[in-house]
Amino acid sequence: MKIIVNGEEQTHNVPLTVTALLQELNLRTEQVAVEVNLKILDRSNFPTWNLQEGDKVEILSFIGGGSPQPGHSRGRKRYE
Amino acid sequence: MSNYPLHDPLIIAGREFRSRLWVGTGKYKNFEETRLAIEASGADVVTVAVRRVNITDKNSENLLDYIDPKKYTILPNTAGCYTVEDAVRYSRLARAAGVSDLVKLEVIGDERTLFPDTAGLLEAAKILIAEGFIVLPYTNDDPIVAQKLMDIGCPAVMPLAAPIGSGLGIRNPYNLKIIMETVKVPIIVDAGVGTASDAALAMEYGADAVLMNTAIAGAKDPIMMATAMRYAVDAGRLAFKAGRIPRKLYATASSPIEGML
Repeated sequence: MKIIVNGEEQTHNVPLTVTALLQELNLRTEQVAVEVNLKILDRSNFPTWNLQEGDKVEILSFIGGGSPQPGHSRGRKRYE
Repeated sequence: MSNYPLHDPLIIAGREFRSRLWVGTGKYKNFEETRLAIEASGADVVTVAVRRVNITDKNSENLLDYIDPKKYTILPNTAGCYTVEDAVRYSRLARAAGVSDLVKLEVIGDERTLFPDTAGLLEAAKILIAEGFIVLPYTNDDPIVAQKLMDIGCPAVMPLAAPIGSGLGIRNPYNLKIIMETVKVPIIVDAGVGTASDAALAMEYGADAVLMNTAIAGAKDPIMMATAMRYAVDAGRLAFKAGRIPRKLYATASSPIEGML
């Protein structure tokens, strides 16, 4: 099965739960947010949520921040 | 000086914070420097951003391995969001990644100044408040917008001192003073502080707290600057509470004339 994880195409065996994917990526459940096809999953659903062919998965976490990095956002604006 | 000279907690939405200095976690050399600077600052609220995890390096460390969420209040921001939709999406992701409903809401209007898009900010704040978020909005030094943010239910308002990362200090003290007088929720001066005196000044004007990142992380010695900022915020707060003397044009003798030869 092919899925897109953080913009990168990956091939996995089925079935694959979100928890299994996080384990494979060496990520801790309590440190991430997971969005599948633009739907944010509740952490309690990670163990039972089976990913499907073609799913777009986004895994996000907290990083150092206080100020935005210019040019990061796709929706950025600039007034000249 | 041991810890805090006064028991003078900052209370926002029923939460009690010990320190009136809040700090960001960006721009440090590494996580260890981040940890040491935060420790030196005495802050108990730290801001973080929400981004994709690095899935190619499976050994990459997580910021939260260095900043214990049990010890610090993690305040996620929506930095880098230029639209209401993005700011709302990132707030929801932050809530899913964390443990609380707190969000430092930023809707940025322009890449060069990073000034807030205050119309977008109000719109995003309304949506998030309806979803149960505790919205702390990063806004311009505009008293009317600050008032509106309070009116729609923001439990604190965070006007800028100057553009993010500029180090210009307080560019518009009069507007900030008006905000502090008219907006009846805590005011946290956010962004633009350059050095300790800027932070002290913000507190002397009556700010309830100051949030900064670059002034500490960008200093030659971030840990020393974090310590300086801690003292500056304390000093400014104490001076504000103590009540300064009025400014006068001419001298007033402080030694008695009586008893002179």
